[in-house]
Amino acid sequence: MNLNLNQVSVESEAEIILKDISFDFQPGKIYVLIGRTTSGKTSLMRTIAGLLEPTDGEIHLGVTRLDEVPIWERGIAMVYQQFINYPQRTVLNNVEFPLLRAGVSKADAKAQALAMIEKVGLSEFVNRKPSQLSGGQQQRVAIARALVRNTRVILLDEPLMNLDYKLREQLREEFRVLFKSTENSVTIYATTEPSEALFLGDELLVMHEGRIIQHGKPNLVFENPANIDVAQIVNDPPMSILDAEIKDGKVTIGNLMNFATPSHLKTQKDGSYKIGIRASEVVLGGSHSNSEEGEVSLSEVSGSETLLYVKLNIGEVVLQLEGIHDYYIGQKVTVSLAPERLFLFNMDGTLCAAPGN
Amino acid sequence: MKKILKYLFIILWSTFVIAPLSWALVTSFKPAAAVNNGATFIPWLQFQPTLDGWKDITGISGYANLFPALINSATITFFSTLVSLSFGCMAAYGLSRFSYGWKHYKNPDIIFFFISQRIMPPAVLAVPFFILLKSLNLLDTKLGLVLVLTSALMPIVVWLLVDFFNQLPKEIDEMAMLEGCNPFEAFIRTILPLSKPGLTVAGMFAIIFGWNDLFFGLVLTFTKVQTLPVAVVALNGTVTPFWTLSASAIFSILPLIGLAFVVERFLSKGGFAGAVR
Repeated sequence: MNLNLNQVSVESEAEIILKDISFDFQPGKIYVLIGRTTSGKTSLMRTIAGLLEPTDGEIHLGVTRLDEVPIWERGIAMVYQQFINYPQRTVLNNVEFPLLRAGVSKADAKAQALAMIEKVGLSEFVNRKPSQLSGGQQQRVAIARALVRNTRVILLDEPLMNLDYKLREQLREEFRVLFKSTENSVTIYATTEPSEALFLGDELLVMHEGRIIQHGKPNLVFENPANIDVAQIVNDPPMSILDAEIKDGKVTIGNLMNFATPSHLKTQKDGSYKIGIRASEVVLGGSHSNSEEGEVSLSEVSGSETLLYVKLNIGEVVLQLEGIHDYYIGQKVTVSLAPERLFLFNMDGTLCAAPGN
Repeated sequence: MKKILKYLFIILWSTFVIAPLSWALVTSFKPAAAVNNGATFIPWLQFQPTLDGWKDITGISGYANLFPALINSATITFFSTLVSLSFGCMAAYGLSRFSYGWKHYKNPDIIFFFISQRIMPPAVLAVPFFILLKSLNLLDTKLGLVLVLTSALMPIVVWLLVDFFNQLPKEIDEMAMLEGCNPFEAFIRTILPLSKPGLTVAGMFAIIFGWNDLFFGLVLTFTKVQTLPVAVVALNGTVTPFWTLSASAIFSILPLIGLAFVVERFLSKGGFAGAVR
């Protein structure tokens, strides 16, 4: 059964929360909503769930006008980014609860709940209360509660957000297996992390300021961001954006970088543009026409990588370096951009050309 | 030094609070001679304790019997607290979770309206309540006093519980609704079981206010229904001896002290640990 959103808007007195959202979600796929904080991901999920009332538009689930159905009759499961469980109930009672509410007999509810608890790896904790579990285990209980009912729509609102890095990696792997069993459900997963979106999503919906600004296969969106906002959102660390000019077969960035137009930009007219480059494609060193010296403005270690923010005359670029490196603020470094990996955007931010096209 | 001052203050304050109580307790066991012959405090050492005062108030000596008043007070307090908590918790939940309003009057104004009932001196309401109960034939009845006390206790209950429910994560009731509960079921099945500490505090306040009510008991009841505070005050107006008065004072607060010990465990337990992390 498809979940169809038709021109859905949510507005409050002071602000637009969602604007003209139209999309057709199909069962059996994992849709990943990606966007910055306050881009509208949670609001969209809450609107589908019925926790937020649309000011305009319609939501249909199959032939049912969903936005006219009370929350408790919608048959939608939701996992929050906080690990929400019923604290007074045991793990088993937590997972049984939605089944019992749905009218499943006590014996069947127990059997189904135990099977789901086993699936999420909590069999030895069935009689514990949520407060006696770790954060990851609590979130597994919440996920088990969401999946046990076989609802037609499953909403996961940044479920891994409050977990540590290692646990996040582990659960992300498990999600793919868990969601395989939800072929009849529309699964919508919200995240701010591009790696999560690329790993889990069958389809990516990029949200910005309450709108879906691009959607498609994750790798296609990643390789061809429709505009600078999308490029920034689907890259972590965000893509570095610099002003550039194409003239007489040459690309000029600031005063120092001046190199022959790479093949994928050759068809572009002369004029002013913005270029984008991924952090992984900016390298240290070099003394060519595509290099420039700058000053380290920030150095941070992220997992097994070092993110280096370098201030150039023409703007700031971010480098993603393998391994842990020690740089101090103000240190002089030379950075080089790979011309064949540049994204070219019009001055209004829309994509002109992407590498490989 | 700071620690010494802290403990000094605690000792002074405890003495200030406990001294009148222990004085009344000791006096309630004194014979006439021990009361009239200077200050004595230690039973068996300074005076021989007797149960004369307690016999006077429990009907054994034939002087007075406070048990009927105790039962009246217990009945009236129990039912007025029960009604206040039952309706008050629903009102408080509504005010905590949903938005109500008319023009620029919103939830905070409604909550203030509730608590403003307590700001008003009870004497203002004496005549209206008297006329109302008289017209309903409820003067000098337990039901009449239960209704009046409920109206006095409800604001306290609502005010305390709104604050308590505000602290409970809204996501719990949202989740219950997503899992098939309507708002009322979500409240009954998930929020209420988590609310024992809040209900206990609100209930204790309601019981204390209801139990100690003298004013409405005095104005709205006469001979058929006499509450304990009224009965104790009535003893004061006669030629009752000191030790009997002391016994009546201790007698009237004993149930509350006992109750405080019973409900203490509900207050100390963390109510909603594990709900949201």
